[in-house]
Amino acid sequence: MADITSLHTSLVARVLEGEGRASVEIRRAAFNNEGLAEPIGKFVEKVAHNARMVTDADIGALRKAGLSEDQIYEIVVCAAIGQATRQYQNALAALTAATGTD
Amino acid sequence: MFALIRVFSGHPVVDAVKLALYRPSFYRAGGLTQEAMRGPSAWSVADRELMAAFVSKVNNTEFCIAAHTATSALAYNDGAKVSATLTDLETAPVTEPLRATLRMLGKLTRESKVDADDMREVLAAGASEQQIKDALAVAFAFNVTDRLADVFGFAVDDPAAINAGAKYLLARGYR
Repeated sequence: MADITSLHTSLVARVLEGEGRASVEIRRAAFNNEGLAEPIGKFVEKVAHNARMVTDADIGALRKAGLSEDQIYEIVVCAAIGQATRQYQNALAALTAATGTD
Repeated sequence: MFALIRVFSGHPVVDAVKLALYRPSFYRAGGLTQEAMRGPSAWSVADRELMAAFVSKVNNTEFCIAAHTATSALAYNDGAKVSATLTDLETAPVTEPLRATLRMLGKLTRESKVDADDMREVLAAGASEQQIKDALAVAFAFNVTDRLADVFGFAVDDPAAINAGAKYLLARGYR
């Protein structure tokens, strides 16, 4: 397989730094799952670790806090890519540790 | 659950396609997913579709379990093998490198981390370093997609639509 590293890097750059409706700070915090005010913090934690339990009420709380659908959408995408990225990078590091190569 | 995806398109397409079409300038993972699922690899397309179904099973994401179980079954031309793997990996009729790889992907998906010993077990079972990297790319793609499917509430289609989707994915891929 071609190395997906560059595809991954550009995917992350696009959602974190590309044009969007949520601020770059909020997108980055959602990606990192840290430093977010409520109710966004708990929501991002749920997307990262228990996505199937996200409910309409969770989305409703974000709307009530003033977030638009587009902003919520971006936060969800950043949170999902962030958690999957931590898993991926952890596993690549484990592989490097096992093989002693890059 | 999350109306924007559903109302976005009046076309009779599955929710995964609607998401891909929703705001491609913001989120467009098709290139990465295509490379992971259809790019050159020592794993067959069927093996990688089975990995996608397996990761989705661990995440308990119904839409993706259904879609990639069907696609893997079609690619292997062996539905029993796929369902046996998703039911009990340890007794399933798969090769040892694939079994060990799926076991590692399951742990990674469940716990979000694995260690060097986990990787040594996969290597000892006969998977190459490159095969492990290829499998991790599949797991990445589906650990993103499963979360989006869960949060946006992708509807699980009827069996005819699922099979049509499987044929499409084998013929056309993820772009």
